[in-house]
Amino acid sequence: MSNNIPAVELVNITKTFGRVHANTNVSMKIHKGEIVALLGENGSGKTTLMNMLSGIYYPDSGAIFIDGKEASIRSPKDAFSYKIGMVHQHFKLVDVLTATENIILGLEGKLNLKESEAKITEICEKYGFDVDPKKKIYDMTVSEKQTVEIVKVLYRGADILILDEPTAVLTPQETEKLFNVMRKMKEDNKALIIITHKLHEVEAISDRVAILRKGEYIADLVTKDTNAQEMTDMMVGHAVKLNIERVKPLSEPKTKLVVKNLTVVDSDGIKKVDDVNFEVKTGEILGIAGISGCGQKELLESIAGLQDTQSGSSVIYINDDGTEDELIGLNPYEISRKGVSLSFVPEDRLGMGLVANMDISDNMMLRSFRQGSTPFTDRKSPYKLAKKVVSVLDVATPSIETPVRKLSGGNVQKVLVGREISNAPTVLMTAYAVRGLDINSSYAIYDLINEQKKKNVAVIFVGEDLDVLLELCDRILVLCDGKVSGVVEDPTPEDKNTVGLLMTKVGGNNSESK
Amino acid sequence: MIDLVSFIPSAIQQGIPLLYGSTGEILTEKSGNLNLGIPGVMYVGAISGVIGSFLYENSVPRGEALNPLLAVLIPILCSLIGSLIMGLIFCLLTVTLRANQNVTGLAMTTFGIGFGNFFGSSLNKLVGNDIAAIEMSRTSSYFSAKLPFGDSLGWFGKIFLSYGFLAYAGVIIAIAIAIVIKKTRVGLHLRAVGESPQTADAAGISVTKFKYVSTCLGCMIAGLGGLYYVMDYMNGVWSNDAFGDRGWLAIALVIFTIWKTDIGILASFLFGGLYILHTQLPSGIEHKELVELYKMIPYVVTLVVLIITSMRNKKENQPPESLGLPYFREER
Repeated sequence: MSNNIPAVELVNITKTFGRVHANTNVSMKIHKGEIVALLGENGSGKTTLMNMLSGIYYPDSGAIFIDGKEASIRSPKDAFSYKIGMVHQHFKLVDVLTATENIILGLEGKLNLKESEAKITEICEKYGFDVDPKKKIYDMTVSEKQTVEIVKVLYRGADILILDEPTAVLTPQETEKLFNVMRKMKEDNKALIIITHKLHEVEAISDRVAILRKGEYIADLVTKDTNAQEMTDMMVGHAVKLNIERVKPLSEPKTKLVVKNLTVVDSDGIKKVDDVNFEVKTGEILGIAGISGCGQKELLESIAGLQDTQSGSSVIYINDDGTEDELIGLNPYEISRKGVSLSFVPEDRLGMGLVANMDISDNMMLRSFRQGSTPFTDRKSPYKLAKKVVSVLDVATPSIETPVRKLSGGNVQKVLVGREISNAPTVLMTAYAVRGLDINSSYAIYDLINEQKKKNVAVIFVGEDLDVLLELCDRILVLCDGKVSGVVEDPTPEDKNTVGLLMTKVGGNNSESK
Repeated sequence: MIDLVSFIPSAIQQGIPLLYGSTGEILTEKSGNLNLGIPGVMYVGAISGVIGSFLYENSVPRGEALNPLLAVLIPILCSLIGSLIMGLIFCLLTVTLRANQNVTGLAMTTFGIGFGNFFGSSLNKLVGNDIAAIEMSRTSSYFSAKLPFGDSLGWFGKIFLSYGFLAYAGVIIAIAIAIVIKKTRVGLHLRAVGESPQTADAAGISVTKFKYVSTCLGCMIAGLGGLYYVMDYMNGVWSNDAFGDRGWLAIALVIFTIWKTDIGILASFLFGGLYILHTQLPSGIEHKELVELYKMIPYVVTLVVLIITSMRNKKENQPPESLGLPYFREER
């Protein structure tokens, strides 16, 4: 294979945004009939590099060769003409249009939907996709949307496919399906590049792995000759312990929160949470798994007092002295006035968690502005707290006065988690606490959560990475369509398939299981 | 009882400026631009046409006949240029410089009305009129010329054939735009730009080009509505502020028609009818306050439609998703 002309060759590609070097002298080759995994932490320049292949950005210096000929890719249209297609991490689809309309978007010539639909069906049959060309995007599941994105690229006759973190939103079963399709495309002599930071996926699918760190090309390994530890060390630049510890709490667990018959119905009359019952104990991390939109958000928000619930729902908080408080029907302010110390790290950090345009100190104040007896707010203690959070959690920020929107995702999350745990919570709820964070930041967050657990806090951890959930949590509650699909006690990595099946079907007795 | 044979034509005449305005605004909004400057644009379109025809009429000595072709083309051309400039200003501010669309639009409305009134008054002064109106009756006669066989066909002729050519042009433009948006590739791309400019951009569609072209075309169409109002409906008489709040009614129509120009044809006639309903109902001195209430009906109807469409929550009936939002490529 290596003596062939590579399908894509990048030579000394450099791209800077202002003073930030996104890519520095990156050179790599991708051959036909090969799957290359592009591995790197967040901000290591993987997506930027691929965006230069797909015409979104233009390199400052360096050259791109396609099939041995130098190519100048200045726009997505140019990329199509070189048969390069990219499936972006955030889908580029128009909701109100059908699959077909989305697939042919941007093409020239007379509009003939029937002809296009026929061609789409043909592609689907060839690679084993399952797409209804007439279905509107807003009716589709995440996995269907992704399929449309891939068909869109194939429809344009792409021979070089770039997939940017395609598995981030898929269940294990959907991921396996995607990998099968990728293997078929590889047999069809296409060159595939998959961007990911999940190591086991790199091992499962790729022939070669290219590692980027801080915009620089570190190494190029044959997948079967390497292992997860070596790849991580190269990616991070120093040895990293990959295991997440499961710490023991300091004292005997006691039941802290009892959720009974919790039902939430949205404005369209659809049951988002359907008769959910569970308990959370002190010193335990309860993991909540489920595909996106299965009701995790509504569940946490009902506990936090942000969501209207159906009558009969009950969330009972058990105080240290054994007395019980009903939290349903109270708003967050009333809950905190009852002396219930509930901390919530919402999924939407800059929407619900923090005010993007305010600085770190002012964001700290969101928790304390009601304190004090004068009409004037106390600005000193939030400032002190902000300083403490920045130094203890090692937040990378130019100053305390920097608006949080200017911080990177990991640092924003540290500020939010820092504020929430400074409150000395007895119940800590986190939703997708490590979404979009790199390995180092993620582990910092896991450590913070474990520390809270040691302090006998009852933790509810909603996560999307099953491997992390299995390692970190003492129990995993799996939601499916708003119902409790199953509970896995004391999970081990071997339970992954069980959880995966529970996520897609209540009870998990799926015939596809293997 | 309302006399339908005379009420329907006047409702339609009343509706045509609204049809132009809403067609233009729908075309604009489909690209994701919310142009609240439409009322101003319609004023500018009207006064530009008036200025053109004023200059032409004055260049032809009294008593001599106007050249019919020039008498029609000069005002139309002037009107198109005037509203095109308004469209370009809006695009420059909101697309290129990414200014807030609401603020820009409102400022343009204020500007456009002032612009119209300023030149209206200035022309008046040139003629030395003592009444606050200026008359272009010679030009107007070409605009309001009706189809020759309309009179001989009884009620059919009155309802369908008794309008000037701009009325028919408005209907044709609305149908044409509906077809372009629904059936052609250009329309598909336009919808994509308005719904999700990121997607369109990644698909190789020039977002900036689509926004500029559709907004400017939209303004030009809306401007013709102003021209129709002065030249046909008002028989060539410009008086300051006479156009009133019809521009806002056109914007309300956009919502009422759930962003569909073909629905806009009948809907604008309905709005036109509602707008003049008070002339058919008991009024007079003791019912003067009712007139204003009747004039409110179109807005109330629009609110009801807005409530119904947002309750039904059907994705197709919602405004374009990126409406009012500026687009720029994610850069670090």
